[in-house]
Amino acid sequence: MDQIPAVIVDGIFYAAWLFVAAVGMTLIYGVMKIVNLTHGSFYALGAYAAASLTGAWLAKGYPPMLSYGVLLGSAVLVSVIVAPLIERGILRFMYAKDEVVIMLITYALFLILEDTIKLIWGVDPYFIAEPYGLLGSFDVGDLSYPTYNLILVGIALAAGIGLTLLLRGTRIGKLLLTVIHDPEVSRAMGINVDRFYLVTFTFGSMLAAIGGAFTAPTVSVVPGLGVEIIVLSFAVVVIGGLGSLPGAALGAVIVGLVRSATIHYAPEVELFVIYFVMALVLAFRPRGLFSLAEPRKI
Amino acid sequence: MRNFRKLATAVAAALALAPAAALAQDAAPVKIGIVTFLSGPAASPFGVPARNAAEVVTELLNAGKAPAPYATKGFGGAPIQTVIIDEAGSTTTQVTEYRNLVQRHNVDVVIGYVSSGNCLAIAPVAEELKKLTNFFDCGTARIFEDGSYKYVFRTSPTQTMDSVGAALYVHDAKPKLKSIAGLNQNYAWGQDSWGDFEASMKQLVPKVEVKTSQMPKLFAGQYNAEISTLLGAKADVIHSSFYDGDLEALLLQAAPRGLFKKSTGILSAGETVIHKLAAQIPDGTVIGARGPFGPYAPNNELNRWFSKEFRDRYQVPPTYPSYQMAQAILGVKAAWEKAQAANGGKRPSNEQVAAALEHLSFEGPGGTVKMANGKGHQSIMETAYGMSKVVGGKLTLTNIKRYPAEKVNPPDGVKGADWIASGFKK
Repeated sequence: MDQIPAVIVDGIFYAAWLFVAAVGMTLIYGVMKIVNLTHGSFYALGAYAAASLTGAWLAKGYPPMLSYGVLLGSAVLVSVIVAPLIERGILRFMYAKDEVVIMLITYALFLILEDTIKLIWGVDPYFIAEPYGLLGSFDVGDLSYPTYNLILVGIALAAGIGLTLLLRGTRIGKLLLTVIHDPEVSRAMGINVDRFYLVTFTFGSMLAAIGGAFTAPTVSVVPGLGVEIIVLSFAVVVIGGLGSLPGAALGAVIVGLVRSATIHYAPEVELFVIYFVMALVLAFRPRGLFSLAEPRKI
Repeated sequence: MRNFRKLATAVAAALALAPAAALAQDAAPVKIGIVTFLSGPAASPFGVPARNAAEVVTELLNAGKAPAPYATKGFGGAPIQTVIIDEAGSTTTQVTEYRNLVQRHNVDVVIGYVSSGNCLAIAPVAEELKKLTNFFDCGTARIFEDGSYKYVFRTSPTQTMDSVGAALYVHDAKPKLKSIAGLNQNYAWGQDSWGDFEASMKQLVPKVEVKTSQMPKLFAGQYNAEISTLLGAKADVIHSSFYDGDLEALLLQAAPRGLFKKSTGILSAGETVIHKLAAQIPDGTVIGARGPFGPYAPNNELNRWFSKEFRDRYQVPPTYPSYQMAQAILGVKAAWEKAQAANGGKRPSNEQVAAALEHLSFEGPGGTVKMANGKGHQSIMETAYGMSKVVGGKLTLTNIKRYPAEKVNPPDGVKGADWIASGFKK
């Protein structure tokens, strides 16, 4: 029983990290109907850009507290350069094709980007440990946690609440919901669907890059970083229902808490617990917990 | 008569050219398939240092610039050619790549594999294709404990040696130890490492309490929950056989939470990170190098030669995967030249080299390597452990203890787990 606070805190931290990493994937699927496997590449690009730029920032002796801004700026920079290139240069020519074909195209792009990362950054690891310990730590019972973890919780909350408010409370959000509902009719009504696709793909990729950038201080940034996150993001998104924001949030919380409880109480089954949860949800709700109603076109 | 003269001339010419043809055949390059991680989290700490060692050692051997007993150029005078393959990807991919190496590239020997899972999958395929294969790094003892092979060898020691050595060291360094915990990767290497360490500790300290054994998946990357559990467990010692990016991530996440300050950490594969993450490793952490490699290597001529050449080329000191790769190449060279000598100086067959490598004892930059276990296919070596101490920002190793090969390895034909359970009986 005395481990329950630790289970909850560890679960929330893991859920926040998962949500930041996965929310972009569900956003892109929701709007563009693309299972975007370059998501992992943007996560890795964000981590590499953050490791390089933040490392340079700290090496120059600039204020370490501003390194958090550099982490964020690195992710924004790399995604606004690379994402439009991919969307305008390749994906827009593929929208008429089947969803599976587009997914395979994003897989090919993922492989190309993985090699591009190796060409640019090589295979040596990058470390930027300083931001992780800079904010000190706080205690839960007799366990201490780096305060840095709260940044990821903050980013997750900001991303979730911000996207919800954007979709529900603004004109752009309502137009976007129209595009989600029916791109063809939206076009007929004069909505610039292509621009919405470009912005959605860039913003969704940016969220992945932010996830990578803020993970960079806690790991060694090495080739292959983006592989694992695709699998985890996909699990979270599928549990919640493809394209559903509340679904992604709930999926992340479920996975985070179940994984944390397993590690604390039954570590021997941790390996498969995420996929067990996914299988269980899909057995009863094949389209996920928050699957959206499908309009039937006549 | 004229026909007889023609025939005689042709025979004489053929006889005259025969030695040259034989020489040309003997001097044909020896193709070695090198398999190690060139991408993924294991590339930087393992694969690339191993690949670098393969490059520097084969180049020096081809130039005849290695010290005795390896001064002969190449392998018995034949130049070495390498075909380097990335170990990243699934086990199925690796089996396919292995078949490509053997059947398309026509390599003479395969030296490779960091992953224990890959070694377990490759061994039967090597046997099927009758190709001499030397595992340079993977640690699981199951390969030769559960199987018997003619063409498969491993010139580096097993995880049994690492775990027994770690237990002996901890028992020596912390005689009042009462509890242990583990954090190991959930596959052959991690499970076997922890199994042998736990069993050894129970032999050395019968009342030892096992607080928790954490087994996250390979390349999980996020360890906050595992660290919380280990902090809550308050064990005297935490054993971890983590390696590659997982070890680096663990140290980065554990340092701000003081995990290895509150419990003594024993990192059986920790040597690969001591140059990169000294600030994250608290004083008193027990560091292993999977044998007498790196800072534990003996001060012999082969080590001086190898470490100098490696450092001159890559501006970093060689870590244990580099030593293991160098040792693997030198072991095959020693066997090749022994077989060639027994074959009247002619190029030996795979079977002859394999027979020469069985039960061979040879010198490497890590010291003496005895192919004493696994019916002569598995090496044993002495091992060493020490404790970290940062001096002037640089991590040094103190309180180094060495354990003879026979003290940390089971006798031939006895499984490591059975040997430990018997109380390390010889």
